[in-house]
Amino acid sequence: MGRITLEGVRKSFASHLIIKGADLDIDDGSFVVFVGPSGCGKTTLLRLIAGLEDVSEGRILIDGANVVGVPPSKRGLSMVFQSYALYPHMSVRGNIAFGLKMAGLPKAEIDRKVEAAAATLNLTPYLDRKPRELSGGQRQRVAIGRAIVREPKAFLFDEPLSNLDAALRVQMRLEVTRLQRQLGTTAVYVTHDQVEAMTMADRIVVLNAGRIEQYGSPLELYERPANIFVAGFIGSPRMNFIADEAARRYGAATIGVRPEHIKASRDGEGWEGLVTDAEHLGSDTFLHVDIAGIGNLTARSIGEIGLSAGDRARLLPDPAHIHRFDENGKALHA
Amino acid sequence: MATEQTRGLGRLLITPAVAALFIWMIVPLVMTIYFSTLDYNLLNPGTEAFVGLENYFYFLTDPAFLASLQNTLVLVGSVLAITVIIGTLVALLLDQAVIGRSIVRLMVIAPFFVMPTVSALVWKNLLMHPVSGLFAWIATSLGLRPIDWFAEAPLFAIILIVAWQWLPFATLILLTALQSLDEEQKEAAEMDGAGAFSTFFHITLPHLARPITVVILIETIFLLTVFAEIYVTTGGGPGLQTTNIAFLIYSQALIQFDVGTASAGGLVAVVLANIVAFFLVRIVGRNLET
Amino acid sequence: MARQASPARVLTTTIAAWVVGFLIFFPILWMVLTSFKTELEAFSTPPSFLFFHWTTENYATVQGRSDYVHHAINSIVIAGGSTLIAMLIAIPAAWSMAFAPSPRTRDILLWMLSTKMMPPVGVLVPIYLIYRNFGLLDSRVGLVAVLCLGNLPIVVWMLFTYFKEIPKDILEAARMDGATIGKELVYVLTPMAVPGIASTLLLNFILAWNEAFWTLNLSTSQAAPLTVFIASYSSPEGLFWAKLSAASTLAIAPILVLGWFSQRQLVRGLTFGAVK
Repeated sequence: MGRITLEGVRKSFASHLIIKGADLDIDDGSFVVFVGPSGCGKTTLLRLIAGLEDVSEGRILIDGANVVGVPPSKRGLSMVFQSYALYPHMSVRGNIAFGLKMAGLPKAEIDRKVEAAAATLNLTPYLDRKPRELSGGQRQRVAIGRAIVREPKAFLFDEPLSNLDAALRVQMRLEVTRLQRQLGTTAVYVTHDQVEAMTMADRIVVLNAGRIEQYGSPLELYERPANIFVAGFIGSPRMNFIADEAARRYGAATIGVRPEHIKASRDGEGWEGLVTDAEHLGSDTFLHVDIAGIGNLTARSIGEIGLSAGDRARLLPDPAHIHRFDENGKALHA
Repeated sequence: MATEQTRGLGRLLITPAVAALFIWMIVPLVMTIYFSTLDYNLLNPGTEAFVGLENYFYFLTDPAFLASLQNTLVLVGSVLAITVIIGTLVALLLDQAVIGRSIVRLMVIAPFFVMPTVSALVWKNLLMHPVSGLFAWIATSLGLRPIDWFAEAPLFAIILIVAWQWLPFATLILLTALQSLDEEQKEAAEMDGAGAFSTFFHITLPHLARPITVVILIETIFLLTVFAEIYVTTGGGPGLQTTNIAFLIYSQALIQFDVGTASAGGLVAVVLANIVAFFLVRIVGRNLET
Repeated sequence: MARQASPARVLTTTIAAWVVGFLIFFPILWMVLTSFKTELEAFSTPPSFLFFHWTTENYATVQGRSDYVHHAINSIVIAGGSTLIAMLIAIPAAWSMAFAPSPRTRDILLWMLSTKMMPPVGVLVPIYLIYRNFGLLDSRVGLVAVLCLGNLPIVVWMLFTYFKEIPKDILEAARMDGATIGKELVYVLTPMAVPGIASTLLLNFILAWNEAFWTLNLSTSQAAPLTVFIASYSSPEGLFWAKLSAASTLAIAPILVLGWFSQRQLVRGLTFGAVK
């Protein structure tokens, strides 16, 4: 079991409010990702759940029990740190076993569990090595092994993949997700990488400046962003925003269209403008087009469409995928 | 950035250290201030009387004070000049490609670990003795008249001993600083057409500015209170020629047993040291992350 | 990668460095050589460098005098005792400042540093009088206390800079793994801090061993360590050079060895982290 509930959680350092009131309900067994720009408070929120920081106000419930004031060691959670935070003076076996040793389990049981965890993570040949003798990816696995072996109520991940190279990151992303499904343990995962968020999460919490902007499934966030911030943060390349005249025709202060929902052509319908940059990826083409009275828009087309910088192009937004926002940036739904 | 629990424990654990140092600093200091206002001599117990600032007047106008202040300044200044200049040169030399550098390093550092009473006596007897000392033999062999160091140039003799003790400190710190100088920076300067001398003056020396400042400040703190070297070699003499402030206060307190004047002198020494300490604490503080 | 220096240049710098190193080391070498001479040879002109009658009789004489052993034991007790007590007070304080800092931590550290800058002569009179009234003059306890307090700021500072380098994450990981603060200190922090604790111990022991202001002023015979014992050779000038050298060699040899081991930590300990 591992249901985590946040009720009106606030956190301030000195007189500076970092978390400005968070309410959240994380279901047992779900994979929830906290995402947001750096400094948005996502790591702080995770550390509050862990108990590594005190909340200034509000309650945190784990399986219905208020854990405010309970030290981290008694919360039954485990955490994977960005730096891995392996114990440098202990072998891999010692690292994974440490939590079980602290819990006072009998030696035979500790050995059995450690071996099992090591087997799951392909760490068996390295059990007697020290962390400094391992590669980045292997250290990462040890950190995960240390977290899973204790069978916690929930895993907390603090940007665990950010120190790995790109290829390894993709692989570990899949492994972590698979492992979490297998174990069915609640996971809270912090990242600034929206691709990680979109691919791993059951539900995403988008944070900005200490506030929860939206809480929903990846597709909900993509299809129905609650406000301009979420709309701009989720999706790559970024959503185009158009204000003033053009937006008013749709009855909104601002409208947004994702690049993939704009059809670009040499001489079809739509706004006409000058292609300032064209990025040819083979599979896709990203065109940056300057349109008088509207601004610079990005359009994404599948494959190669034969337009280059300096050409004139026409852009047609798909009316079914136009997002409308009021003057406060909140989404307007028809 | 921690929880209330760890902070509470933190306060508890730091208390003994803070309390011990606070008592160690404040009790004697208050007593010194109190004694400095008394006419108090251990040879005439029971005759203590409040005299206000008279002890300060007496201490500061005593010709011995001016002489010892001058000796202190000369001692500190000369030792600083010798150790910083030679220390920089030795550090630059050791920073080059040298076969067996670690052994040379050990030899250079060694004097720092010799207790002050040993180095003072070894220099005084084995090296500087006017008849049987090694220096006398070298001088005679060269056809020169041997110098009777502690009679003819007593303060200079002390300066040499103290400088020898502190040279390793300056060298070691400057060498450490040199080794942290980015090789690429020097190479970039070379690519920009700088020769060895301009590289030294424009890259190396500015890099050493901070460590040199630190060396000067820390040495000053210790050099202001040089004591054992004087105590075992000259006893402050001949006359007052090698009496520094520390030794003057010592002789007033434990030879003449004039507690009042010695206390006033002690406070003068504290004020002098604090002028230096002020700058040192600021430099260290700027570099400090908590 | 630095370029390879030319062989001629390496030869020049090597010779220069060895000459300089030898000159700086020479007084110590000369003292050691003198300690193996007879008193007559030690005093003779011209001096003999290597071709003298080597003898260990000075060492036998020095060792034989029971007061040498007595003072050596005093040195060990005073330097060791003051160091251990300082560590006991300083380790918790440094832990607190490194891992549970408060807004005042910085000020406390700088204040501790400034107490180290107070010249000992400034408080000589009151300390002497307090010691006299409490019968602490010429007592080991008295010297242990005064050296312990005198070096405490350096010990706290050194430990603090070492503890600071231990990633906080690792201690938090232990906390998440269910370790209480006590177990965290025993199983995680202490093993990781052992190198730092060891070098702090070493440097502080050296400083206490060589301390020659308080030991000269507060002890005469009973509690006098080697610094004071050696100083007693200053009066009968001339005649005991070989024995002085032998006693001195014995007094500095252990410290020289320890000092060579701790030379890298020395920079950091004595500059309060201002030079790394």
